[in-house]
Amino acid sequence: MPLAEVEPKIVAFFCNWCSYAGADLAGTSRIQYPPSVRIIRVPCSGRVNPRFILRAFQLGADGVLVAGCHPGDCHYSTGNYFSRRRLSLLRRFLAYLGIDERRFRVRWISASEGPRFAETVKEMTEELRQLGPAQKVAATSVD
Amino acid sequence: MKRVGVFLCWCGSNIAAHVDLDRVQEMSEDLGNVVHVQQNKYMCSEPGQETVRKAIQRHGLDRVVIAACSPRMHERTFRRTVEGAGLNPYLLEIANVREHCSWVHPDKETGTPVAIDLVRTAVAKAVQDVPLQSSYAGVEKRALVIGGGIAGIQAALDIAGSGYEVVLVEREPTIGGRMAQLDKTFPTLDCSSCILTPKMVEVSQDPRIRLLTYAEVESLAGYVGNFEARIRLKARSVDFVKCTGCGDCWNKCPYRTPGEFDLGLGKRKAIFIPFPQAIPSKPTIDRDTCAYFQKNGKCQVCKKFCQAGAIDFEQTDEILEEKFGAVVVATGFDLWDHARYGEYGAGEHPDVISSLELERLLSASGPSDGHLKRPSDGREPKRVVFIQCVGSRDEAKGVGYCSKICCMYTAKHAIMLKEKIPDSQAFVFYIDVRTPGKNYEEFYRRATVEAGAQYIRGRVSRIYLRGKQLVVVGEDTLLGQKVEVEADLVVLASAVVSRADAPQVAQKLGFSYDNYGFFTEAHPKLAPVETNTAGIFLAGACQGPKDIPETVAQAGAAAAKVVRLFAKDKLETEPMVARVDPEHCAGCQWCRPICPYQAIGMETLTERPGGRRVTRRVARVNTSLCHGCGACSVACRSGAMNLLGFSNEQLWAEVEALCL
Repeated sequence: MPLAEVEPKIVAFFCNWCSYAGADLAGTSRIQYPPSVRIIRVPCSGRVNPRFILRAFQLGADGVLVAGCHPGDCHYSTGNYFSRRRLSLLRRFLAYLGIDERRFRVRWISASEGPRFAETVKEMTEELRQLGPAQKVAATSVD
Repeated sequence: MKRVGVFLCWCGSNIAAHVDLDRVQEMSEDLGNVVHVQQNKYMCSEPGQETVRKAIQRHGLDRVVIAACSPRMHERTFRRTVEGAGLNPYLLEIANVREHCSWVHPDKETGTPVAIDLVRTAVAKAVQDVPLQSSYAGVEKRALVIGGGIAGIQAALDIAGSGYEVVLVEREPTIGGRMAQLDKTFPTLDCSSCILTPKMVEVSQDPRIRLLTYAEVESLAGYVGNFEARIRLKARSVDFVKCTGCGDCWNKCPYRTPGEFDLGLGKRKAIFIPFPQAIPSKPTIDRDTCAYFQKNGKCQVCKKFCQAGAIDFEQTDEILEEKFGAVVVATGFDLWDHARYGEYGAGEHPDVISSLELERLLSASGPSDGHLKRPSDGREPKRVVFIQCVGSRDEAKGVGYCSKICCMYTAKHAIMLKEKIPDSQAFVFYIDVRTPGKNYEEFYRRATVEAGAQYIRGRVSRIYLRGKQLVVVGEDTLLGQKVEVEADLVVLASAVVSRADAPQVAQKLGFSYDNYGFFTEAHPKLAPVETNTAGIFLAGACQGPKDIPETVAQAGAAAAKVVRLFAKDKLETEPMVARVDPEHCAGCQWCRPICPYQAIGMETLTERPGGRRVTRRVARVNTSLCHGCGACSVACRSGAMNLLGFSNEQLWAEVEALCL
């Protein structure tokens, strides 16, 4: 398949207080970015269970993006510290599962960083286009 | 089988013009569990909400999905809507097809598939929704106001005036803040202290206001209605119960140091009050200057002369722990340090000063008793150059915004200069003159016409010394030529910036701040004094540059929000909290240290498997302490911990719906 023509699909988990609001700001400011990202709202990046991410990859998501408040600015004081540690561990685990770690990104995006959000989506979409479509691993639930 | 209703909002043309809603409707009708789909031009309008309520009843809907603007905008509105039709308010999901779709993917062919995905995901989540019930918590009807400038003073007075107790915490030894440093105020030329000090006195005399100066809030825990603050009262080395404020100590004290209140232009003693009308009017010993502390117990002159015996060198910091129902943050602003402008002399020329320094030089209580003298040689300046936008509107210097107050106070300075020194001439270098405000444009006219200030449109490229003469080199962009002005004094309208420690303050109190360090309001238009932490409100320039009338108005608004909270005896708490399934909990306690609110405790369960009595320990969430972050739900190894409203099942369903 010609890679450049396929729009990759990015499953994104955004914390309600910073990153989701940042994505809203990109909207209010009418900043355009590729139609690749679909945002799931979570209260905090610390709410993102690595299993959700693995499930997305399992079902063929081309990329997963987790975004939260900048370290130190978590609405719940410490949630993003936990997600930072958890998700760096997950990143190392991805290779073991045969998932290219470039498909997985964690970004700190504040409520005032609409442009940074749009930029992140652009960059990631570009990289995923280069990588080509991901493989769907299984259709059955791992639960 | 659930009965989901999907409601597609046009938002006028905001959504309808960029998303093919008929296609979204067709797709939605094909989704499992969906029994009704409907469009409306404005779903949030009263008729729009009424269609939702009617459809719930007519079609027996038990879940509602609304595809409209961000849930941060109208989730609350629509929760009330569905509640009005007898549905639990938490059986509602919002698909954000405006901010996350139509506004960023304006092309219909691009936007429509995204909208379809978002609606499908919201439906999948809604199917997993469960009814949630709020609980209620009491309200501690006392307010904490942080910052004793005009914003904090006004907020404290308004809250106290409504009959509630207030604790006002100020870091400096006196309240008054920036406004106390000003000489006159625009556009009326009211003397700043004359209008401020009566309010300061009112604060000190109001029995419902407890004033804590020379104090700082160290930490804030808890939640709306029930905050717990730790406040450090720094040692002043003076016993305020005994002190009469007679002034003998600071008159006799032999040690002097540049005074902070006068921005280093004048001197103060080691034991001091910052300015004559300070509240409280009792002194503080600055231990960094005082000989007793610097030279091993020498001097003690103040102690010898204090007839009240109030000097207490052994005094230590005191920690207060107090409960509050609401917090108003009014920590003010700083001025951008113009030493960072190399071309303006990098802070090396004593006669290149900031506008706030000029205020002190003009003030009758300032270091020169109100006689305008230039700092280098004490001469009266005849030619004064004012430079606007020093730092402001200058991305290269890191401040992209307009500081808002400088155009007006420069006009004021030009008028004051003419008044004090009639044969003087003011020159103002400006980019634009911005005068939006009642009587502001008229005031600016007064500066040009009556005071004869010469406004030059253009930037200054350099200030240098030609011999002993300061020379300002700039460009007049209207004439398109270079200008050189010989100046006796140069006044820089330095940018209004956030306090250097603003990010730390925001982190300590638990709300967000923007790239410039200004505190972020919950919504730029509709919630300008709220933070995104319930129960914490903002007033004054800590939220962004503001003049005095705006600050006073905002402080009043913050006070009204506090009073509104205190008018209730019970507050409804957010039901989206963590919940333990005791069946699955192994009692490992991994969830406990991860909780930032100490909301997880343990309880003992007694069970009788096979008739044998067995007790085991399981986790239990205190719902009034839980903020609903969900960190524990991820830490739980047995999957016993879940977060209501963002449950494992809901998020799982969303992922699956997206990857279809």
